[in-house]
Amino acid sequence: MKSHLIPAILLTICCNIFFSGIYTVAMLGVAQIAPNQGKGEIVTVNGKYYYENIAQKFTDDKYFWSRPSAVDYNAAGSGGSNKGPTNPDYLAQVQARIDTFLAHNPSVKKSEIPAELVTASGSGQDPNLSPQGAFVQVARIATARNISEEKITSLVNESIEKPLLGLFGTTKVNVLKLNIALDNLK
Amino acid sequence: MKRQRKTPLFQRDLVNEALKQSFIKLNPKILFRNPVMFTVEVGTVVMLAVCIWILMGERDQGSLAYNLSIFFILLITVLFANFAEALAEARGKAQADSLRKTREETPAKLLANGTVKTISSSQLTKGNIFICEAGDIIPSDGEIIEGIATIDESAITGESAPVIRESGGDKSSVTGGTKVLSDKIKVVVTTQPGESFLDKMIALVENASRQKTPNEISLTILLSGFTLIFIIVCATLQPFSLYAKTHIPVSAYVSLFVCLIPTTIGGLLSAIGIAGMDRALRANVIAKSGKSVETAGDLDTILLDKTGTITIGNRKATGFYPANGVNESAFIQNCLIASLADETPEGKSIVELANQKGTTIPVDFSKEKITLIKFTAETRSSGINLSDGTRIRKGAFDAIKKIAADAGNSFPKETEDRLKEISSNGGTPLVVSENERIIGVIELQDIIKPGIQERFQRLRKMGVKTVMVTGDNPLTAKYIAEKAGVDDFIAEAKPEDKMIYIRKEQQGGKLVAMMGDGTNDAPALAQADVGVAMNSGTAAAKEAGNMVDLDNDPTKLIEVVEIGKQLLMTRGTLTTFSIANDVAKYFAIVPALFITSIPALQSLNIMNLSNPQTAILSAVIFNAIIIPLLIPLALKGVAYRPIGASKLLRRNLLVYGLGGVAVPFVGIKLIDLIVSLFV
Amino acid sequence: MNTEIIGVISIYVLTLALAYLLGKYIAKVFSGEKTFLDPVLNPLDNLFFRISKIDPLSEMDWKESLVALLTVNIVWFLFGMLVMMNMGWLPLNPDENPSMPADQAFNTVVSFVSNTNLQHYSGETGVSYLGQLILQLFQFISAGAGMAAAAVVFNAMKERTADKLGNFYNYFIKSCTRILLPLSFIVAIILMFNGTPMTFLGKDQVITMQGDTMNVSRGPAAAMVAIKQLGTNGGGFYGANSSVPFENPNYFTNMIENISIDLIPIALVFALGFYLRRKKLAWMIFGVMTAGYLCLLIPTLSLEMGGNPMIAKMGIDQSSGSMEGKEIRFGPAASAFWAITTTVTSNGSVNSMHDSLTPLSGMFPMLGMQINALYGGVGVGFLNFYIFIIIAVFIAGLMVGRTPEFLGKKVEAKEMKIAMIIFLLHPLLILVFTGLASYIIHLHPEYPWLNNPGYHGFSEMLYEYTSSSANNGSGFEGLGDNTPWWNVTCGIVMLIARFLPIIGPVAIAGILAKKKYIPESSGTLRTDTASFGIMVFAVIVILVALSFFTALALGPLAEYLSM
Repeated sequence: MKSHLIPAILLTICCNIFFSGIYTVAMLGVAQIAPNQGKGEIVTVNGKYYYENIAQKFTDDKYFWSRPSAVDYNAAGSGGSNKGPTNPDYLAQVQARIDTFLAHNPSVKKSEIPAELVTASGSGQDPNLSPQGAFVQVARIATARNISEEKITSLVNESIEKPLLGLFGTTKVNVLKLNIALDNLK
Repeated sequence: MKRQRKTPLFQRDLVNEALKQSFIKLNPKILFRNPVMFTVEVGTVVMLAVCIWILMGERDQGSLAYNLSIFFILLITVLFANFAEALAEARGKAQADSLRKTREETPAKLLANGTVKTISSSQLTKGNIFICEAGDIIPSDGEIIEGIATIDESAITGESAPVIRESGGDKSSVTGGTKVLSDKIKVVVTTQPGESFLDKMIALVENASRQKTPNEISLTILLSGFTLIFIIVCATLQPFSLYAKTHIPVSAYVSLFVCLIPTTIGGLLSAIGIAGMDRALRANVIAKSGKSVETAGDLDTILLDKTGTITIGNRKATGFYPANGVNESAFIQNCLIASLADETPEGKSIVELANQKGTTIPVDFSKEKITLIKFTAETRSSGINLSDGTRIRKGAFDAIKKIAADAGNSFPKETEDRLKEISSNGGTPLVVSENERIIGVIELQDIIKPGIQERFQRLRKMGVKTVMVTGDNPLTAKYIAEKAGVDDFIAEAKPEDKMIYIRKEQQGGKLVAMMGDGTNDAPALAQADVGVAMNSGTAAAKEAGNMVDLDNDPTKLIEVVEIGKQLLMTRGTLTTFSIANDVAKYFAIVPALFITSIPALQSLNIMNLSNPQTAILSAVIFNAIIIPLLIPLALKGVAYRPIGASKLLRRNLLVYGLGGVAVPFVGIKLIDLIVSLFV
Repeated sequence: MNTEIIGVISIYVLTLALAYLLGKYIAKVFSGEKTFLDPVLNPLDNLFFRISKIDPLSEMDWKESLVALLTVNIVWFLFGMLVMMNMGWLPLNPDENPSMPADQAFNTVVSFVSNTNLQHYSGETGVSYLGQLILQLFQFISAGAGMAAAAVVFNAMKERTADKLGNFYNYFIKSCTRILLPLSFIVAIILMFNGTPMTFLGKDQVITMQGDTMNVSRGPAAAMVAIKQLGTNGGGFYGANSSVPFENPNYFTNMIENISIDLIPIALVFALGFYLRRKKLAWMIFGVMTAGYLCLLIPTLSLEMGGNPMIAKMGIDQSSGSMEGKEIRFGPAASAFWAITTTVTSNGSVNSMHDSLTPLSGMFPMLGMQINALYGGVGVGFLNFYIFIIIAVFIAGLMVGRTPEFLGKKVEAKEMKIAMIIFLLHPLLILVFTGLASYIIHLHPEYPWLNNPGYHGFSEMLYEYTSSSANNGSGFEGLGDNTPWWNVTCGIVMLIARFLPIIGPVAIAGILAKKKYIPESSGTLRTDTASFGIMVFAVIVILVALSFFTALALGPLAEYLSM
């Protein structure tokens, strides 16, 4: 063991310099040509900027709501609810979300609510909804903003992001971008 | 013919003895050798304690009757396992005893300081010399140092034809218990009393003194590992059930544990090992260690002597081919008289063939006028000098060629062609000369044993390479090798060639077996991984080998290989069966444990067993009775089929693996139907 | 067909294609043949060797290889403890995160050194950027050490009788620089260009559209995320791992990250085939692993896409699948696919919360970890599989009537003993510690450990120790695990479960390598056939099922059946 101790220590130092240091610095270098120099993708609206991929909290009836977040949309402390599928407390919470949603969206039937609107995301920062998740909110927003439902529906339709190459994955909308577009309507 | 050594599996006196032994073997000190069954015994004791606890007023452990039933079933499980082992032992011992009977106390005529003193055979020690005359039973194993005798060895081999044993050479060994039929021999004792091969073999069929074989040790480790896993599984079930707020009685833990550990193979393991030795003994092979029988199953190469193994006895003369211009009947007559002085079987067969062709010894042939030249190994020829000065010689091709060449005579071309033709047909040519002039060729042929090709075919399918060892020239050897279907041959073999061949194979990582009888075979027998010495062979050969074949049957190696394979296969398949059984047992017991606290788990009760108690009882009963049900298989061994390893694996996986999963589902359900009538 | 299904099938097919090519390359690296990266990396490797005073050509036997491995790991452990317990005041800490207390540091360092990456901290608040960089170092070198151990075993499996099995350091450095590093470069760059941060800036504060103030954690994430996936580490930069939009921004990055999870483990199986020139053997191993993988994957996919029946009962449409703990951009199929991939490979990164999987699809990841050899962790996955092969060879060998042999070497008592100890270790650690934890919670139901009651709570404990013992690192994260009990016991489990299962197979392979090589005959049990594959599969299924049936029955099975 002794004869291996010196090489082990020297090797650890070498590796540390290389895999913690040089590799990281090289990546930082590459990041300078990446979108927003590797500081996270942002959208800028009227001099304000938002992180495009990070869900924001929307509680106002005139905005599309994001999915429920177990960490209250804290982007400095991600996390899910970690509730088990049969946990009675959890099921009660889901029921409460259903009730709240129905109260704010009286025209919506329960069976029309997509699952993602009553379940918390994994990161607590899910920026997306399924198209159905947006459509069920159209009536409420139309009422709150006093705009025709058709206009909002077409807005949602325009912002639908197809699966990757039209082949892989899910169809979705970005809530933040949708809400920005909503504010630009009028 | 061989004596039939078949005893019924459950012979009454053997069963009685085995029953008695089953109880004696309950002694934990004895049982400790078998970790799996030892833990079952511990479980049994725990159940006994629980029963006493209930008698003392404990209320949470279920009814006394139920706990007592579990206790008895576990006890019976251990007894069944002991019984299997004891029965195998009893059968082996019975077999050995019948051999041993032949060497009961017999008077021995001890020769000491020139006087003969009659003592009991048991008083003979190594190095003593005794005398046997016609009618005497030979008192001990030994080696003839003087004289020749015909001996009846039927007591050992079952072969009724008497054999000849004589001092010097390779047939000098005599076995205690055999009977001298004629003549008188002087014999030196070669073994200490109690140390003969038979004594060693008897030790191999007694579990107490039996050394575990390497594969058995590995398998015991595997089984102990499984036992440990289930100790962990059952022990951790306790805190799990606390969390689940379930009370599990002790009997359920013990039952679950006993059902899960591989009791089937654990209970039958030593019986299988003993039965393997027993099978060897029944084949009239005395193994000096269990390991050698196991090794036999792994053999890659076996060396077989041509003569007596592949071909019947010796070569025989099959044709006379006179040279051009030589009268055929005169030639035959010359062959005949040249062979008179050749007492080898080959020489005799020439006389025989000549007689068959109507040639006889000339009438004016009187012994005074002639000189017979005897056959010797040095000259490799025999012959005759007639009164008129004619010199006739018959012998090996090169010996006669030399005689002709020395006299300045050429070797006729057509004779040379004839020689080649005979050789390439597997024959051996002998050349005859008259006054140093070549007059023709005699053809000798080997007769290949009927059925030997099929046996070699079978060996090849097992993956065993056969090598023929012969003194013949390469051409002849090649022909016979091809005809008999052996894979390789050693031609013009000297004793050390076997040794060289064995070493070469072993360096390639192969396991090699050979059979031999002569003293000059001893080094090779010792070098071989499995060396089978013939009982008729010299003491040195028997000492060097690790098995002794009482039948002196050179094809015995083939049987030995199969016995070795059977032994391993029986262990493997029963291990698979035993472990596969656990699946059903889980489905029987786990739902039963949680019937009250987690009723949902009842969906796992796929056998639809009546209630928790019958479910557990059924599983435990099944676990117990499967042991005696498999005793016949354990003792007889799983049949080996030379169909290639992959096919064999598929077959055994299907039968014992899938079967092992399915059988207990049916068995436990049936037992449950019966048990639920009573509970 | 559904685009979600097409998505996961494409991920898998792409992984296999890339793994096959990578396998060829790895075989070349291990056998010291020329590769196209030599001009760049030869000088780098030589620099490492020169500074560390290592002669890469001096060969070691199996014992010395293990001594080298253990020594270097001890150094890593001490170094890691030093950093974790002092990073609060050390540089590169813009968010002013604190140093770790001893128990948490022990857990974290063991976790990363052992390639587990069980995280009892949250990346945003629990470590400084310096801490993250050191963890990133461990993600490289622990993976490299695992691959080096596999290389030693590969070498020992050659057809010959040998004592010397190559130089451990040489395998180690080459695994790091020639396999992990180039791949990490590629993956990290892809991630950066899709929005994963790579910066030393601290938290950013933004005002939301509704006017709330929110903090957004950033950091040098892309570099770490790449190696966390490729080295089957799994320790994410952010708390919620690859479900966080910054860590895994879109479906494309999800594909790339998911491919990275099992790319090297599968490639190593192919590498074995190329290295030993026994392609059929590699296909047999791959076949068994894949069969097991699919047995876990297909039901999980179907269950997760089918949704949570309890919520369906409330009248909510579950056609979009079970969405609790999942992200819209991945959907239930890609989440279930990831859950199984990450658990069979001992990676442990997550893109959805396993605690919220439906009961049975929570069980399949556990089974994946309990087997821990279906592809498995880089290097160590194959080592675990090797143990199953040895056990299967033994039983199957007996069944065909020969002393068991593996690749021409007889398997005897000593090897069986080691194999059984290593096999026993996994159920022992998982069951005994879960038992202890169950007992404690039985005595102290007030402890705030379990995030869910009943069977699911039991599953949380079972999952935690299963994950620790499998060196996986994923969790039923509801478990309140940052307590001395969980930090210390999980640390111990990870430590034992990392090193013994490396020592065991290396020792067996080393002992076998020294034995005489026996050429095959028609009586030899061939290990590269489908029949033997079925045997190995049966051994794995039966042994694992028998070991864990009771525990699974009381956790996920009971929860499922009571639903």
